[in-house]
Amino acid sequence: MKLKDIIETLSLRVICGEEHLENELTGGYCSDLLSDVMGNSQEGHVWVTIQVHKNIVAVAALKELSAILLVKGLMPPNETIKAAIEQGIPILQTNETAFEVAGKLYNLIQQS
Amino acid sequence: MELEYSIEGGDFSKAGLASSEVKKILKQVNIKPEIIKRIAVAMYEAEVNVVAHAYQGKMLVNIDPSKVYIRFEDEGPGIENIDQAMQEGFSTASEAVRQMGFGAGMGLPNMKKNVDEFFVGSVVGKGTTVELTTYIK
Repeated sequence: MKLKDIIETLSLRVICGEEHLENELTGGYCSDLLSDVMGNSQEGHVWVTIQVHKNIVAVAALKELSAILLVKGLMPPNETIKAAIEQGIPILQTNETAFEVAGKLYNLIQQS
Repeated sequence: MELEYSIEGGDFSKAGLASSEVKKILKQVNIKPEIIKRIAVAMYEAEVNVVAHAYQGKMLVNIDPSKVYIRFEDEGPGIENIDQAMQEGFSTASEAVRQMGFGAGMGLPNMKKNVDEFFVGSVVGKGTTVELTTYIK
């Protein structure tokens, strides 16, 4: 499954990283603790979180995640977007909660 | 190959930069991706610890044909009880740091899990040294 598939199906907004939407999705990880994501997410995961500060980009880049998905309509500050563009990490956004969107993502990825 | 990076305590805007640089170099010297992934987790955690707890520090990297050795030396408050600090969930991070999603008490255990040899030594009031060794052969 590709990033663009979940963006279309779940009507996610693309905040940055339009050129990386062909990224393959291997699964997802849902956490707001950065060390938890460092320790337990896998390459190619979409990371569902409420954290918006710049350090989420470093974590996603080091773990080679396919995208960061911000929930509850949260907007990242400009410095986060700038870092994400530099590092080639797409940032997506939904108005739904982590629980809602993670449930839908799980089903989509299981079916693919 | 020897590399050295300085790390500024308290400056979260730069946290992870040194680790990203080293990760790029590890890729360039053709270390296996699965080994690089483990080193990346450990060194990022160590770098963030310097930013979150120390005044300043440095990261020294030594790559030879058999291993990657990374040493973090910081000037900071040090660790009073290393056994306690090694327990998952124990943290002395400030509330501000926790709100950013750091300070979950997983840093030191994450480092230990992801390298072959792990050492942490500390002098209270002076600083902390962390050594991460990964064999690549």
